[in-house]
Amino acid sequence: MSCENWSGKLDAYVDGQSPDTELESHLRECPKCAREVLSRWQMKRATQAAAERYAPSSEFRLRVQSQIAASRATPRKQLWGIPRLTWAAAGLVAVVLLFVLGIGWNRHAAHEQALAELLDLHVAALASANPVDVISTDRHTVKPWFQGKLPFTFNLPDLQNTPYTLLGGRMMYFEHNPGAQLLYQTRNHKLSVFVFQDRAGAGDFGLGISSGSQMAFHVESWSEGGLRFAIVSDAGAADVHALGELLRAAGRS
Amino acid sequence: MEAVDRIRADSALFEELAMPLFARLYNFACWLTKDRAAAEDLVQETYMKALKGFSGFKQGTNFRAWMYRILRNTFLTSQTGLKAVSLDDDDGPPEPETAETPESLLLARMDRETIQKALEELPVKFREVILLCDLEEMSYAEIGQTLDIPIGTVMSRLSRGRKAMRALLAQRIEGARR
Repeated sequence: MSCENWSGKLDAYVDGQSPDTELESHLRECPKCAREVLSRWQMKRATQAAAERYAPSSEFRLRVQSQIAASRATPRKQLWGIPRLTWAAAGLVAVVLLFVLGIGWNRHAAHEQALAELLDLHVAALASANPVDVISTDRHTVKPWFQGKLPFTFNLPDLQNTPYTLLGGRMMYFEHNPGAQLLYQTRNHKLSVFVFQDRAGAGDFGLGISSGSQMAFHVESWSEGGLRFAIVSDAGAADVHALGELLRAAGRS
Repeated sequence: MEAVDRIRADSALFEELAMPLFARLYNFACWLTKDRAAAEDLVQETYMKALKGFSGFKQGTNFRAWMYRILRNTFLTSQTGLKAVSLDDDDGPPEPETAETPESLLLARMDRETIQKALEELPVKFREVILLCDLEEMSYAEIGQTLDIPIGTVMSRLSRGRKAMRALLAQRIEGARR
C-alpha cells in the first residue's frame, strides 16, 4: 500500500480513534509518513495547549449557580418547565378539566406557557450583560435597526414628556418566529415590549387588550394590524397600561 | 408536593452534572463567539435551556455531548452565530494543494499566539470540530452526537479543517520570516 492510501488514516490514528497495526508497521518503514504523524501529533498537542485560553470569572459562575439553585427554592412550573404529572397534580388537572371543559384548559395552558416564555425572555434580557443589541434612546435609531431582520415593521411612540425612556432593542424568537424585544425604563423599573406576528393560535392571547399578572410581573397584551404586542414588567399595572396606551396611539398614527 | 420534590431533585442532579462542565463550556463559548460578554450570555442561556429541558434528557446517555449540543445550537441561532456562519463559505477555505504538513511548519516552533490567531481565523464549522477533538478530546462518535452529523462528516471536516489550519500557520510563519 502506498503512502497516498495511508494519508487519509493518519488523523484517525493521531486522534486515537483506530489503533491500526498495518499502519504502524508502515510507519516503521516509511520515514515520510512517520514524520507526518509526528508533526500532526505535535500540532494536536500545541492546539490543545493554545485553545485552553479563557476562564470564567467566579462572579459569573456564582450567578449561574444561584439561578439553578433558585429553581429549587421556588419551583416555578412556567419558568423551569412543566413538572411530570403526579397523582396529586393529575387529580387537580381532572378537577380543572371538569370545571373549564377541556378546550378552555388547553387554551389556558397555551396562554400560560406563552406568558411564561415572554417572562423568561424579559428576565433573561435583564440578567444579560448585553440586554439589548441596539442601544439607543432614539426611536428613529431603534426602529430602523430591525429593518431586514423582521418580516414586519411597527411604530414606536414619542416619549417626550412621559416618564418612559427607550433603552434599545434586540431580536427574539417567540414560538419559533422572529420578533422584536424593546426595552423601556420608568423610574427603576424595566419594561420589555414584545412585538411579533399574531399567528392564529400562537399564545392564545384572545381578543382585545388583556392584562394580568404572573409571578408578580405585570403583563399586558393586545393585537393590532396583524401584530401582537405584549408588555412584561415588574412595574405597576398602571405603568404597564400607560406604556401600552402610548404604543397603541403610535400604532394608530 | 411530589412534583415539587421532583423538580428539586432534578435541579440538584442537573447542578451536580452540569457545573463541572462550566469552565470548559465557557472556554468553548469564547472560541465560538470571540467575545467574553457574548460568551457569558451564551453559557447562561445554555444552562437555563438545559435545566428547563433536563427532564427530557435520557439518563445514561452522554450528558457532556448533550450540553455542548445545546450550547452550539444556541450559538447558531444567536446574532453572533448567524453572522459568523453567514461569513463561512459553503465549501470552506480553498483546499491546500497537499494534505501534507508544509516543510516550513515541520521545523517551526509555533507559539501559542500564532496558533490562537490561526484558530480564530478558521471558519466556525472547522474551528468547532478541531476544538471538540483536540481540546475536549471527544471521540469522533461523541463529536458526531454533539454536532448532529455522521462520523464520516466529522472525519472530513477535521481533515479539511486541519489542512486549512496548517496552511494558515505556514502563511504566518513564512510571513514572519520575510
